[in-house]
Amino acid sequence: MSDSVAFFSEFRATDLLFLGEAAGRTLLISAVSISAGTVLGIVFGWAISASRFWGVMTIGTILDVFRSVPLIIQLVLFYNFFPIIGLNLDPFASGAVVLSIYTAALVAQVARGGIEAVGQPMRRAARSLGMSYWQDLRYVVWPIGLRAVFPAWVGVALSVVKDSALVSVLGYVELLRASQILITRTQEPFIILAAAGAFYFAISYPLSKYSQKLEERWAS
Amino acid sequence: MDYNFHWRPVFKKLPDLLEAGLLTLEVAMLSMIIGIVIGLLLAISRMSGPKPLRIFATTWVELARNTPVLFQLFFFGFGLGAFGLHLSPYLIVLVGLSFNNAGYLAENFRGGFQAVPDTQLRAARSLGMTATQTYIRIIIPQVLRIVYHPMTNQMVWAVLMSSLGMLVGFRELSGETQFFASQTYRIFEYFAMTALIYYVIVKIVLGVSKLAARRLFRY
Repeated sequence: MSDSVAFFSEFRATDLLFLGEAAGRTLLISAVSISAGTVLGIVFGWAISASRFWGVMTIGTILDVFRSVPLIIQLVLFYNFFPIIGLNLDPFASGAVVLSIYTAALVAQVARGGIEAVGQPMRRAARSLGMSYWQDLRYVVWPIGLRAVFPAWVGVALSVVKDSALVSVLGYVELLRASQILITRTQEPFIILAAAGAFYFAISYPLSKYSQKLEERWAS
Repeated sequence: MDYNFHWRPVFKKLPDLLEAGLLTLEVAMLSMIIGIVIGLLLAISRMSGPKPLRIFATTWVELARNTPVLFQLFFFGFGLGAFGLHLSPYLIVLVGLSFNNAGYLAENFRGGFQAVPDTQLRAARSLGMTATQTYIRIIIPQVLRIVYHPMTNQMVWAVLMSSLGMLVGFRELSGETQFFASQTYRIFEYFAMTALIYYVIVKIVLGVSKLAARRLFRY
């Protein structure tokens, strides 16, 4: 029987499972934040473009703050702010909330661009055909605007997947955090980091290429 | 709500935080300068380099754009340790940000080069300019005008990304904030102040860029 405790041990097969679970958590928090953030962001973008002066002054200014402060600062700030107002959120919940607002701030800009890409003459034409305001939004602005900014939205979504790595600062064990834990134990930084990087790359690269292709096809 | 805000320790450390803010700005600026130079080289070699160079440049650009910045910092910080290469925290952030900036800027530059019509190049060459002269005096000034706005955005991103220095032990604005916050446990107050300082830095960067644009692009 050995009396020394092994601090460092080799990379085992179960570690792959650990990394896989962590990758799942990365995908989970990204999916939640992208969905919530996109819905919020479209609403914000619509509000800004619907009432130019007050929209920009209120929502625009607030969202601008979220774009001008590093995500990691926002995460730490809100993680420590929620208990002050009596909310005890776990790292996943507060990470998802902050990441969603951050996504909404980015998507709002994209959505606003999409709505403004449609142009006043088209919208007046829709209204003069007897469409209501909401019909105009649903059947004219949405399909045209979506086409104009869908590639930009994919870019935002991918950047959120990558930025979700920062939630590790709250102690949420996502992929990058998990790889760091394994590195500390196995002292095998290069291979483990390369595996983590390959995972992000495998998600981001095909999607960004696909959206580039869409952009080229729709531009012509 | 039974939390008492204590702002005095934050105000006492404000000079230190502002100084750290300058360090943030310094590392962001340096990484931008390095990023612009490398980004230009990458863009040119992607468009008209020999094949091995083109593959190298493409790999760089895609890796920089498709992996998290934090991963890139960790890679330069710990990953290179596998080869016995240990960078200081300052260098980790500088090298990581430069790598990232170069990748993003290379794509912007490539778009900029493609937006300048070929006829400009041919006209310049037929006036007797050498290829180098054509690039420096005709093409690059036009490209700069096109990529100026994306470049400003990248500078803002560089300032924001430098906050990740906190996670690799670099004492720029975020790292310094975390250090003070863990000394006093006034985490919320310190990070609120830091958020404000970042906001001001970003506004200053955008303002300076707007003023510079007015002088640079008068014609």
